[in-house]
Amino acid sequence: MQQNKRKLNKGNLHQVKHVVLVLSGKGGVGKSTITTELALALIHAGKKVGILDVDLCGPSIPRMLRVGKPEVHQCDAGWVPVYADPQQQLAIMSIGFLLEDSDEAVIWRGPKKTALIGQFVSDVAWGELDVLLVDTPPGTSDEHLAVLENLRKHRVDGAVLVTTPQAVSTGDVRREITFCKKTAVKILGIVENMSGFVCPHCSECSNIFSKGGGEELAKLTGSVFLGSVPLDPLLAASLEEGQDFLQAFPDSSTYTAISQIANTLLSSLDA
Amino acid sequence: MADVPSDAPEHCPGTSSDQAGKSSACQGCPNQNICASGAAKAPDPGIHAYISIWLLKLVSSVYKAIVALLDVDICGPSIPKIMGLEGEQVHQSGSGWSPVYVEDNLAVMSIGFLLSSPDDAVIWRGPKKNGMIKQFLRDVDWGEVDYLIVDTPPGTSDEHLSIVQYLSGAGIDGAVIITTPQEVSLQDVRKEIRFCKKVKIPIIGVIENMSGFVCPKCKNTSQIFPPTTGGAQRMCEELNLPLLGSVPLDPRIGRSCDEGKSFLTEVPDSPAAVAYQNIVQSKSSKPQQASLY
Repeated sequence: MQQNKRKLNKGNLHQVKHVVLVLSGKGGVGKSTITTELALALIHAGKKVGILDVDLCGPSIPRMLRVGKPEVHQCDAGWVPVYADPQQQLAIMSIGFLLEDSDEAVIWRGPKKTALIGQFVSDVAWGELDVLLVDTPPGTSDEHLAVLENLRKHRVDGAVLVTTPQAVSTGDVRREITFCKKTAVKILGIVENMSGFVCPHCSECSNIFSKGGGEELAKLTGSVFLGSVPLDPLLAASLEEGQDFLQAFPDSSTYTAISQIANTLLSSLDA
Repeated sequence: MADVPSDAPEHCPGTSSDQAGKSSACQGCPNQNICASGAAKAPDPGIHAYISIWLLKLVSSVYKAIVALLDVDICGPSIPKIMGLEGEQVHQSGSGWSPVYVEDNLAVMSIGFLLSSPDDAVIWRGPKKNGMIKQFLRDVDWGEVDYLIVDTPPGTSDEHLSIVQYLSGAGIDGAVIITTPQEVSLQDVRKEIRFCKKVKIPIIGVIENMSGFVCPKCKNTSQIFPPTTGGAQRMCEELNLPLLGSVPLDPRIGRSCDEGKSFLTEVPDSPAAVAYQNIVQSKSSKPQQASLY
């Protein structure tokens, strides 16, 4: 009891070594996809990882990791996260676990979202983690401010920004970069997702969502370019089924891209 | 009913006036009871509020309707860039804020026009975003408009609640729901549909975007975003909603958006352009009331 009280006083993030936000100004660029794949890559590298899903209106993480709708239990320290694997290497918290009906809409204004995010940050008993990834909705609003305010007592290592190559996407991500600068969040790097599509029939590469925008944005803003992830129907299908893409397709160029990004990220965290 | 019917007395206030049937001039008028009941008021012609982008271009250019596009994605305003209006500014006059015109019959308002730099972030909580949306609706001098189309951010939160609340007086014809084919998208879209039901917005229909890609070299089709649970079609069947159409992926769409050019003008024979044409044609008449189910 005394030990638990001490842990409570130190906070549930006490044993979390690194906290990384996954941000974008733009919707639909693949933040949840990149969060999921980074988490899996880090686990394959032997790390203990947590994912905090603060996209309250559109929580995608539970499905992407095929964790279904388990009950969320309480312990002395707070909420017990849901584990995606029997070895408990990957811990998750999402509003998706708290909804009885998965089609139920969370129609909340800012203050209610802020309150729940506060609980998610402080009251989940994460235990020992190497990296806590925070998946966010698009924008620079209540959720993002709530996460940062509640993480104030704990160090935030920085943010990974996700964009697609198009200017319409990088245009919004520039604003996200400004958000990071204004809130003193270090930008760990930019990931360009949906970066080219190689036709499985003839191997012709089509730049469906344009080309090069991520790298240009990194240069323009003096940020690190972490890498590009191609448009890969196999990745999309894996996420649909909650399958571990990295385990299923280790020979793919998408696997190489994601692994390199994860390794670069780890090096900058451990530096 | 005509605004001043032929059998109306002198000084008839007009059938659409707030004084219709109630002013002293109405005494003895054969239409007095009808006017006083409000039944004579012409339905507000201005507000057919959809949620889309390209549809409005077709509607304005082909059907010569007067269209207004309101961008309520306060944190991520993309409309100015897509419409080729980056750098444009909003002017104030005695009658309010002037929207920015793409063409004479296509007016646009977005917070993007109020930001001084492309790097400016709008770091606002809900109440401030709501205030901006209210100003857009109250202070913009839209003039006479056939269609007001409202582009929203993802989610079911402040922006969505506010736009519904503020437009409730004018009446919202309905919502067009956009999805991509995969379940990860449909999962969120079902919530959006529930939102519409809760706030009693009729759903005009669903559009499936990014629905397949035809390789320009070998012409084979790939399902980049696989419809593992049947795509928008199955969802619409399950929820008894109209599937308005499916728009395939075309790299030229992205390019047009980035360059602020009209995709429909640049590449009119693209399968995507044809898909848009079909969608608008099927809904070009006064929209039927979708069921509130």
